[in-house]
Amino acid sequence: MTSTITPDPSASAVISVEEQHFNDLIDADSRIEPRDWMPEGYRKSLVRQISQHAHSEIIGMQPESNWITRAPSLKRKAILMAKVQDEAGHGLYLYSAAQTLGATRDDMTDALIAGKARYSSIFNYPTPSWADMGSIGWLVDGAAICNQVPLCRASYGPYGRAMVRICKEESFHQRQGFEILLELMQGTEEQRQMAQDSVNRWYWPALMMFGPPDDDSPNSAQSMAWKIKRHSNDELRQRFVNMLVPQAAVLGITLPDPELHFNEDTQQWDLGVIDWTEFHEVLAGRGPNNAQRLQRRRDAHDNGAWVREAAAAYARKQSARTKEMAAS
Amino acid sequence: MTTPGDSAAEIWPLWEVFVRSNRGLSHVHVGSLHAPDGTLAVRNARDLYTRRSEGVSVWVVPASAITTSDPDAKGAFFESPAGKNYRHANYYSKSEGVKHL
Repeated sequence: MTSTITPDPSASAVISVEEQHFNDLIDADSRIEPRDWMPEGYRKSLVRQISQHAHSEIIGMQPESNWITRAPSLKRKAILMAKVQDEAGHGLYLYSAAQTLGATRDDMTDALIAGKARYSSIFNYPTPSWADMGSIGWLVDGAAICNQVPLCRASYGPYGRAMVRICKEESFHQRQGFEILLELMQGTEEQRQMAQDSVNRWYWPALMMFGPPDDDSPNSAQSMAWKIKRHSNDELRQRFVNMLVPQAAVLGITLPDPELHFNEDTQQWDLGVIDWTEFHEVLAGRGPNNAQRLQRRRDAHDNGAWVREAAAAYARKQSARTKEMAAS
Repeated sequence: MTTPGDSAAEIWPLWEVFVRSNRGLSHVHVGSLHAPDGTLAVRNARDLYTRRSEGVSVWVVPASAITTSDPDAKGAFFESPAGKNYRHANYYSKSEGVKHL
């Protein structure tokens, strides 16, 4: 049989059988599971993304736990505790997913408290008023949901499964936040002012949660090729703003962007210019609360060391005793 | 081979968690967690995986106690059913149109 196709001289790199199998699974929109062969870059990229995500959940407990003791009613206190407990759970689901790639929990925790790992810059902003519990739920968790729903279909199985669980729980977070703001907006002039002031502070940082603009997001293209990420940063940000505008109208709150306007051609809401200098400053550790958040995490870890060690020692003793009894 | 994620280097071992979501259903794997012993693993599993009444029963198993099929031998190990479609009801087409078969 003669072939009319001349072999492509540039295709000198021979793809291994394993790599071909990996590529086929990705192309077929199937899932990669922990013990499948995967390119080193895919593994690294996932460990980075999943552990950062886990750290964000863990650090994200702090801005809200700040208000547990001062919640305005028993109902709100119970809700806030449930929400903060969820964040802890989300962190644990994600750490487990990262562990299936060979990262250890201890290493990830050490990297976080040593200040070597990143987490979402949003959690470095302070929560000086009760309305911030509303803004975090509505804007921060809202942005997180927008980001996370497509991650349920991430090509790495354990990550996608963790995200499914997380997304189910996040919708309660967003709704309770919206409700806090709605109640404040239906309250006194002072309460309305508090809600508006809080949204003014959280709106832009929430938009930054989607990450830098597409032309300045070096890892995005590869992540999308591997089907870890399904949509670009700007695409998700736009989708989020389109959802926010009608919700803000229900609240009677003004989104703090004078340039925000509806574009008849694209049928989308065009937004003003985001201050990326602020984003990079906070990411570089120079946000309002970076040092405090890390210090608190470090203290909690250090203060809990004796509990971890004692429980491990007790378990060792118990299991030795059980063995002894079985032997006698 | 143990389940993925297990590491002897960690202070608390890894446990795999199985939850029965309702009577009449099997326990299904839901994820994993760290705990010093079985008693605490069950309690952690309750707090981590059943915060919204997702379960009526929980099993925990030390990840190191699980033996898995060899991940590298996937193809060969599961080869035997291939080409044996006579194990499926839809292999038998001559009875088409005959009721209750």
